[in-house]
Amino acid sequence: MKLKQLSIFLENKPGRLTAPCRELADAGINILTMSLADTEQFGILRLLVREWEKAREVLEKAGHVVKVTDVVAIEVADRPGGLAEVLEAIEKCNINVEYTYAFTFRRGDKAVLVFRFDRPDAAVRTLQTCGINVIGGVELYERSSD
Amino acid sequence: MNAPATDRAATPGNFVIENRLWDRAEALPREQLAALQLERLRACVGRAAARVPFYREAFARHKVSAESLHSLEDLRRLPFTTKADLREHYPLGFLAVPRERVARFHASSGTTGRPTFCAYTAGDVSTWADLCARFLVAGGLRPEHTAHIAFGYGLFTGGFGLHYGVERVGAAVVPAAAGNTPRHIMLIRDLNADVLICTPSYALNIAEEARSQGFGPDMLPLKFGHFGGEPWTEDMREAIERELGILAFNNYGLSEVIGPGVSGECAARQGMHLQEDHFLVECIDPETLEPAAEGELGELVITAMTKEAMPIIRYRTRDLARVDRSPCPCGRTGARMSRVVGRTDDMLIIRGVNVFPSQIEEALLRVEETAPHYLIEIDRPGAMDEATVKVEIRPQDFSDQMSRMQALRERIEREIHSITTLRFHVELVESRTLERSMGKARRVIDHRVSPTA
Repeated sequence: MKLKQLSIFLENKPGRLTAPCRELADAGINILTMSLADTEQFGILRLLVREWEKAREVLEKAGHVVKVTDVVAIEVADRPGGLAEVLEAIEKCNINVEYTYAFTFRRGDKAVLVFRFDRPDAAVRTLQTCGINVIGGVELYERSSD
Repeated sequence: MNAPATDRAATPGNFVIENRLWDRAEALPREQLAALQLERLRACVGRAAARVPFYREAFARHKVSAESLHSLEDLRRLPFTTKADLREHYPLGFLAVPRERVARFHASSGTTGRPTFCAYTAGDVSTWADLCARFLVAGGLRPEHTAHIAFGYGLFTGGFGLHYGVERVGAAVVPAAAGNTPRHIMLIRDLNADVLICTPSYALNIAEEARSQGFGPDMLPLKFGHFGGEPWTEDMREAIERELGILAFNNYGLSEVIGPGVSGECAARQGMHLQEDHFLVECIDPETLEPAAEGELGELVITAMTKEAMPIIRYRTRDLARVDRSPCPCGRTGARMSRVVGRTDDMLIIRGVNVFPSQIEEALLRVEETAPHYLIEIDRPGAMDEATVKVEIRPQDFSDQMSRMQALRERIEREIHSITTLRFHVELVESRTLERSMGKARRVIDHRVSPTA
């Protein structure tokens, strides 16, 4: 149920974000979703792609420092309180959310969010017992190519 | 300067091994030593003036001669010799004996272009062997031992200097030379070597290789190590001793003067005893050229009084160290120099504080197991110097959590501050973005146009 996210260290300078995007594009790899955390001096680019192993190889070959992290994609009801319900379920189990970001696509009345938990396996179990839909890689990548 | 013998006897000796002297001259009372030094200095200046045009002219300009040296204080009236002087008189302008008396040539590794040649007479080669024998014996070498030498041989003075020193003591030499690390482990084990001789960084390589072959410190026959040829730290000593199960001793020398044997540690390991019956050693402020205050960091300036083929007078080594003239419990009367903490070429003055790239490296090593590539940049946008260290991020340093990356950056800043007392701005930069020239990393860019004193 966990997804492999690629993180790349970037300096906060003009043009630095373009390079990895171009390298992936040239390798025919589509970015499903991404987020950028930044400070004044440096940033961390986080990416979800279908072929993460190939993407990692491409990025490392281009000289980037790449980290692979387990993240969880969760369906969240797109209505007031939808996200709060998910977070409340997680909080009860003392699981921390390190960060979260959204997919650009949605399905019906559901939005899809990416979560980085400090304990991803425990988070998946908790969410499933609470009836919250954790989306697996295959399902996610099929949806995104609809 | 001359401490009464009772003071010395009152100091309890804290020796890691038995304290033995190779040569009584090592414990010559200071007064006798001073008399011998003056006699040797005069002879050296006389020979240099007679045979080396560079010195003849320089002495004439400074109005000094052997006869005008009345005390050791007069040493300061003599001109300095610099690396540039040696280069200018390439290849053998400093040779002071007829060519047929030369028994050996060595050379210092020229980082740029030509090497600097150093010539030895048969007498010099013999003196050198004795100087090395002194520190080898002080650091545990006995005639029944086998010494494994993993220094490079050739023009570099490390290999041959220590080789002849070991032979002089009467121990067995394994002239393994540098390179092919796995083979060293086999030789050390199969020939039962007691002593390892190489650079400290190569000792760590050998330790790492031994471990990867499954040999811990208890499975290696080594007991002692004598390391030199490059600056190292107490942390490195601890690592080498732990990994190889040995006692590690430091020695110092430079080929322009003779090679290893200028100084070496005794069993007390509180500094390296300068072999002052052969070398006059000054410690000066590299800016003012005045003597550094007692115990303060300064540039070592060395006069090789007994060198026959190439006497060298007041050679500016560019090595920065402290000299401790207090008596040592071991009974040797030669003053003790500290580890070389840096080179004058590398020294930066930032907001009036002396800083060495090695200190930044030390700070990075406290944060990570191995130091990443880094670059120091100094600028003076207003009235104050601003110092930045750019640190390349490697896979092992990188976390996808921003809080950890911020913590890493702050930790580096803290460690640099604790070592240098200065606030450096730390920038984390992408991997492989800092310039590497000829495999040797550029460590400093100083943007200040004209640094003020």
